[in-house]
Amino acid sequence: MADAVLRLNDVRRLFDVSAPWLARILSGTGPRMLKAVDGVTFEIARGETFALVGESGCGKSTVARLVVGLYEPSSGSIEIDGTDIASLKTRKAQAPVRRRVQMVFQDPYASLNPRWRVKDIIAEPIRTHGLIRGEAAIRARVDELLRQVSLTPADGDKYPHAFSGGQRQRISIARALASEPEFLVLDEPTSALDVSVQAQILNLMKDLQRRLGLTYLFISHNLAVIYHVSDKVGVMYLGRLVEVAAKADLFARPQHPYTRLLLDTVPDLAMTGRERVAVRGEVPNPIDPPSGCAFHPRCPFANERCKTERPSLLAAGGNMVACHAVQEGRLPPWGGAA
Amino acid sequence: MAVDVRAGVVRRAWDTDLAYSFRNSPVAVISAIVTLVLILGSLFAPWVAPHNPFDLSTISLIDAFDPPQWIEGGSPDFPLGTDEQGRDVLSAILFGGRISLGVGLFSTIFAVVLGVTAGLIAGWRGGVIDAFIMRVADVQLSFPAILVALLIDGIVRSTLPHDEQDQIAMLVLVGSIGLSGWVQFARLVRGSTLVERNKEYVQAARVIGVHPIRIVVTHVLPNVLTPVLVVATIYFAFAIITEATLSFLGVGVPPTEPSLGTLIRVGNGYLFSGEWWITVFPAVTLAALVLSVNLLGDWVRDALNPRLQ
Amino acid sequence: MKPLLELRHIRIELPTRRGTLLAVDDVSFTIGEGEVLGVVGESGAGKSITAAAIIGLLEPPLRLAGGEILLDGARIDNLPPDAFRRIRGKQIGAIFQDPLTSLNPLYTIGRQLVETIRTHLPLGDKAATARAVELLQEVGIPGAAERFNAYPHQFSGGMRQRVVIALALAANPRLIVADEPTTALDVSTQAQIIALLKRLCRDHGTAVMLVTHDMGVIAETADRVAVMYAGRVAEIGPVRQVVKHPQHPYTVGLMGSIPSIGDTLERLPQIDGAMPRLGSIPPGCAFNPRCPKVMERCRVDRPDLLKAHATEAACWLHASISPGEAARG
Repeated sequence: MADAVLRLNDVRRLFDVSAPWLARILSGTGPRMLKAVDGVTFEIARGETFALVGESGCGKSTVARLVVGLYEPSSGSIEIDGTDIASLKTRKAQAPVRRRVQMVFQDPYASLNPRWRVKDIIAEPIRTHGLIRGEAAIRARVDELLRQVSLTPADGDKYPHAFSGGQRQRISIARALASEPEFLVLDEPTSALDVSVQAQILNLMKDLQRRLGLTYLFISHNLAVIYHVSDKVGVMYLGRLVEVAAKADLFARPQHPYTRLLLDTVPDLAMTGRERVAVRGEVPNPIDPPSGCAFHPRCPFANERCKTERPSLLAAGGNMVACHAVQEGRLPPWGGAA
Repeated sequence: MAVDVRAGVVRRAWDTDLAYSFRNSPVAVISAIVTLVLILGSLFAPWVAPHNPFDLSTISLIDAFDPPQWIEGGSPDFPLGTDEQGRDVLSAILFGGRISLGVGLFSTIFAVVLGVTAGLIAGWRGGVIDAFIMRVADVQLSFPAILVALLIDGIVRSTLPHDEQDQIAMLVLVGSIGLSGWVQFARLVRGSTLVERNKEYVQAARVIGVHPIRIVVTHVLPNVLTPVLVVATIYFAFAIITEATLSFLGVGVPPTEPSLGTLIRVGNGYLFSGEWWITVFPAVTLAALVLSVNLLGDWVRDALNPRLQ
Repeated sequence: MKPLLELRHIRIELPTRRGTLLAVDDVSFTIGEGEVLGVVGESGAGKSITAAAIIGLLEPPLRLAGGEILLDGARIDNLPPDAFRRIRGKQIGAIFQDPLTSLNPLYTIGRQLVETIRTHLPLGDKAATARAVELLQEVGIPGAAERFNAYPHQFSGGMRQRVVIALALAANPRLIVADEPTTALDVSTQAQIIALLKRLCRDHGTAVMLVTHDMGVIAETADRVAVMYAGRVAEIGPVRQVVKHPQHPYTVGLMGSIPSIGDTLERLPQIDGAMPRLGSIPPGCAFNPRCPKVMERCRVDRPDLLKAHATEAACWLHASISPGEAARG
């Protein structure tokens, strides 16, 4: 794809979760590394919404933080608009690229400084990058941003505590837009919100995308939300992508057993009375992931090869799938969940 | 128009939860009144006090050892009696309170600035810098604060010529009390900084590209200051006590400019010869001041603690 | 059929210095023997507070200011704390959102189970231990006998919630009040816990009051559902009817705003605005400023639950359908 806004090449991110140095010497244990993201490759084309789905500990939030520069990758490269971020050495050199990638966080109560007025929160990116000069012009821009997210200019003079969760998320979005970004990373932007408010925020995100031509990386654990917003979906499990596919293909013909498991857990609102397939086990501790395919202890189709050899992401029926059973054709066709 | 705005500000301040909790706490109100009376009395001592105890032309040895006015031999000129030089005890207390409060205030500010800066740096940077700052703090904590203050005071005195000592006695006092107290602020702020730096609003500022120093000053600092305010109030009382202790031990302010501690020390010599008022009134004032500031500090702590509301 | 639990005109107040706020205002419903009642609503709707009142764990300054709670026809809301504590645990079990808050981190799960069993059942140490192991097996903890002496932190989130369920079931209660039991869990674990809760309650004939914000969980688990809005029940009825044919405009909006796999909508139908805060609930029907079908009457008169097809809805739209019913309540 020529016009990829974001490209991740075999990105890894390790975290040192070792015991303190002295305790390690005394107990004779070595350093322990948590592979939060373990070799992830994908790209996002301009104007599309790429969704990452997975359960806690799968590394999807780490990917989000890698993309916006809150973490440095341990290895691999991240390209924004074709520029490898690592090639820009100083904060100053990175600033113009970084400005174009902004983020909306999960917790609307923690993501706004409680001691700042809303107008100052929204104006912070404008002032930081010197996008507009002059207080009156900045205020006019803040008012415009407030209106863009369906708040009123009068709201700018209040403090965050005066707002509900949904309104705070609108303020967060306005702040992200103030940098005039082309790419937004949305890390579970609606999972702390009530469903009726979630609908408002999802609609707003879609409106803004159409109006401003934004590209989204949308992180969520909710498959129904992902179905609603995304064009392309990546499924993550224990730091690795196990399946990447266009939305329609993924939901109609999920290949990886883990994708199928996730689809099986979606509550049946249509009340068809379908009996759920019993799901086995829980997500293992990511510090000590299983060998081979990390999903093998929970997989009904696992064999010896799955326990030892790590599968790589290969094309299968239009999707990209990391599964030996899929490659060997051992998997039964998908019967459908809902 | 301007008056309207100001009235609005007052009404809003009156209406806040903090003001409400204040109005409903008799302890807070009483200790605030006591503190305020003592602070105002000391601040305006030259105008409020009946005499100027430092003006040698107005004091006379004839008036020495006058008892308080309600006791046989007392005079309405000297409501709380006089000391061995004929100085009015009440006036001496008011002027002495100035010095006690001044030293307390400035050493608290010094300790807060030092401690908050060290705590912010340690908490934000982490790693080796954090380990270094906090180990220094740990070492200092293993000595009693008064000992640290005495030590610093002693070092400074031994390195300075004698005639300069009195001139900078106050500065030395403020410096030594402040240096002995930065640790608790540093620990407090480091802990809060570790919490705040991982909050999403700080991450948001990093994503925006705000300079790290700016993030610490404009985002982290305002959000770690509330507990600092509580500890600072209590530290203020502690600093006054420490100053009094040092002055009582004779290493504090010189007797020519007596603080409450100096007054107590000087008066202490006459306690058993019957002239009890020379030491008791300064001591009572000191106790009342420290107690009410401490009670205020306790109230601030409870009022700002969301879990107790 | 006599209801197991009956709430009559429950009113829960939150005194503040600016006056008393009504967190729950005139809520009545019943739960039958062995029935699963889902209570759904957005945060601040009063669903968790109602649950806390039933198990007598209202956090001060919240207080039960009116109404009656009856268990088996006998009032329990006016019992002294000691008597209430005996009922809680023996007759009513509780499951909370965060399993860690329900478990004491300093004791093994075995000890906590045995203690709970012995408090409420006349069993010796041996018999209680045997029952505890049995319970752990029943909630699907692999190697129950070996893990009997493990501490809560040695379990994963899902396993902990299973232990909490075992604790809630320990004394064979007749009702379990479960407040957001799956919210803190991963989706794949969530499905397991829901299935477990459903199966156990069916097997034991235990009634459940399931409080959640997740309509999907309700749809899969509950027999009946009560939808709460701004401290009142907006609609109550059989789950199938409420989910598929909601009658209250709020329920209609709520159901419509849930995205579902397979829909082809570009935009989700949304209810504008937000649920009012406690201090600013409008007069009349609390939903009237957001309601697409608002009428003059809605702004002044507060509707009680009215018969609306197969459910009951607190909405004046249904007064015209059955005028005789409007006088009720």
